[in-house]
Amino acid sequence: MFYRESGQFKSSYVADQAIFPIAQDRWFIFAVLAVAYLVVPIVANEYWLQAVIIPFLVFAMAAIGLNLLTGYAGQLSLGTGAFMAVGAYATYKLVTMFPELNVIAAFLISGLIAAGVGVVFGIPSLRIKGFYLAVATLAAQFFLSWLFNKVGWFYNYNPSGTITAPPRMMAGIMVTGPEATAAVRYLVALTLVAVFALAAKNLVRGRIGRSWMAIRDMDIAAEIIGIRPFQTKLLAFAISSFYCGVAGAMTLFLWLGSAETEAFNIDVSFQVLFMVIIGGLGSILGSFLGAAFITLVPVFLTNAPQMFGITMATDLQKHLEVMIFGGLIIYFLIVEPHGFARLWQIAKEKLRRWPFPY
Amino acid sequence: MRLEKLVIAGLGALIAVTGVFSAEAVAQNEQFIPMLVYRTGPYAPSGIPVANGFRDYYTLVNKRDGGINGVKVTFEECETKYNTKLGVECYEKLKNKGPTGAALVNPFSTGITYQLIPKAPVDKVPILSMGYGRTAAADGRVFPWIFNFPTSYWSQASGFINYVAQQEGGLDKLKGMKIAHVYHNSAYGKEANPTLQVLAEKYGYKLTMLAVDHPGQEQKATWLQIRRLKPDWVFMSGWGVMNQVAVKEAAAINYPMDHFVGNWWSGSDADVIPAGKGAIGYKSTAFHFAGTGFPVHKDIIKHVYDGDVAQANRNNFGEVLYNRTLVNAMFGIEAIRTAMQKYGNKPMTGEQVRWGLEHLHITEGRLKALGMGGFTRGFEVTCADHETGGPIIVQQWDGKKWNMVSDWVPTMRDVVRPMIEKAAAAYAKENNITPRKCMG
Repeated sequence: MFYRESGQFKSSYVADQAIFPIAQDRWFIFAVLAVAYLVVPIVANEYWLQAVIIPFLVFAMAAIGLNLLTGYAGQLSLGTGAFMAVGAYATYKLVTMFPELNVIAAFLISGLIAAGVGVVFGIPSLRIKGFYLAVATLAAQFFLSWLFNKVGWFYNYNPSGTITAPPRMMAGIMVTGPEATAAVRYLVALTLVAVFALAAKNLVRGRIGRSWMAIRDMDIAAEIIGIRPFQTKLLAFAISSFYCGVAGAMTLFLWLGSAETEAFNIDVSFQVLFMVIIGGLGSILGSFLGAAFITLVPVFLTNAPQMFGITMATDLQKHLEVMIFGGLIIYFLIVEPHGFARLWQIAKEKLRRWPFPY
Repeated sequence: MRLEKLVIAGLGALIAVTGVFSAEAVAQNEQFIPMLVYRTGPYAPSGIPVANGFRDYYTLVNKRDGGINGVKVTFEECETKYNTKLGVECYEKLKNKGPTGAALVNPFSTGITYQLIPKAPVDKVPILSMGYGRTAAADGRVFPWIFNFPTSYWSQASGFINYVAQQEGGLDKLKGMKIAHVYHNSAYGKEANPTLQVLAEKYGYKLTMLAVDHPGQEQKATWLQIRRLKPDWVFMSGWGVMNQVAVKEAAAINYPMDHFVGNWWSGSDADVIPAGKGAIGYKSTAFHFAGTGFPVHKDIIKHVYDGDVAQANRNNFGEVLYNRTLVNAMFGIEAIRTAMQKYGNKPMTGEQVRWGLEHLHITEGRLKALGMGGFTRGFEVTCADHETGGPIIVQQWDGKKWNMVSDWVPTMRDVVRPMIEKAAAAYAKENNITPRKCMG
């Protein structure tokens, strides 16, 4: 009824190729952005921003990064945590070495550094595929966290090996460090995610994204039609690592404030991979949905017993949380093996035919 | 498909509902203390006695004394799994509870302490990281909100070297000796390294540092190295599962257990029992006594467990870590009491508790009145010194219980304090903090 595209005529190629060709979708996205920018910082308290929404944004960023690599280019990676660590440590080194450097600039430069590291660890992808490649990226995970733990230069010879986000201002407002309010950090993270999600969306609709998908679907065929696997795969690794690197920098500077390599361990790599799988491989929207599922549901499950006035032992509650969460993951994968993005797509189809969906 | 849609819609709705928090009725005459606990995961063997100790002491204060000067203590547990991210989430959730917010926070994890240190001055919640956390925080001029009395990792490491010297017959005997440090490869485990290195240069022993990665279940390679190296003494900074694995491995290579000394987080009952007879002779440092022979223990049995000793024993009653948290909880409560002397008998805010912590003076008489005479040592916190560098004591496992096998071993204030001031100054510089002035 409301979701009907009749009467929306496209009279130019630009209109036809828009990201959201349907007006209702466009308005929906604008509404979401408006709420995210205007309502959330006012309504949400610090707990919500700090413990729920900022982690969601950070993981959404990382999930977009991994989705470009795994979902679009078909290269399975277990090194996401390591590439995030590269971003975090690079930003830390940059802002402590050059205190005048703008934090956002430091984020982007660290993204480039992470991209370089990603390319190096992506080289094996030219020879090996699938699970074997996953093992090669696993090496990145272990090597890099060992490196950041071992070499004191990376953490400025701090006796505990912990890196701390120093306070930095942007346009007279504290952006990082303890004095930065959660609302400011949230807005910075939101802007980064919004801009990079838009960039990713455009990337995958264009020539680069198409060549990635060609490689994913059948690399030999792609090679025959003139796509160079070498450049294409390495580019996927570079751009994916760039996103992960920025996500890592966000983890340190906008979310945690201080971190050690443990914050970027193998669990993080798996978590992001699960987000991509549950959200939907090869979908930018899926990255958001998967990140939301993996970060929000545990928080909900932790708070649920209290909300309904049930008191139970903390350990029992935690164990229940893990069990229910695991059950939900399996349930959703059985109901919709293609992830939430597909579920969303089905919902849209049905809405268009409403009130007589089939 | 119907049911599936319903489930999905239901879950979505439930999560949406989470946004609407029901406002809780807050009783006015209560002092809220958040409890970050870890009763699950690889660190649960250490976390459970800790959580039970806090709970029992707060309950004791409420039941025996009717609260702190009439103000009831309330607390809420939040599970962190010893994970820093979950720890921060818990802290954010609990910091504003109760009529005056969190009085103070005991993170009981060095990793979480590191996360919370920058937040403390902003949120006005003091951190009591008793014998853990960032050692440099002992410099109260740079870290007004952080307290790590009665003694710190660095002091402890120097105390350990003093103990070795006592056993070997003097500090000059250390020259040429081989000492190994087996540590948890995290901010926590690395804390003792700088002190051990400085002292190695000063006294000429050969230091080998062996890292064990989280969570510490795999240590074969580490102990193979120790077997080859044959160090005269092994010092360990472990936590959770790592401790029992290390003790088992040490027993497996027949390392002389009385030359294997854990730090105070590596010497509880759960760490030695799994190794059986092999653990006999294993030592660890501490800053309080083991056992259940003190009046405070009788009070707990009487007031908290209504005389049910079996029930108490199921709750880790009298284990080393349980006893340690009794001490920790007592310090917190006494700090609140100190603050009340200045601000009146009402729930204290974090800022007032901070004042209380900084003016905390634990005397032997006070300990006696609390049923803890001889249980631990008194000390006095000052504006500049939040650690006090108290002495350590060494305990040894005899297969059934821990026995104290040394006197109070002094720490090396002359070495440690300058290191603390240097590290604190570096932190201040990196984070644009102007150290405050302290009188005297």
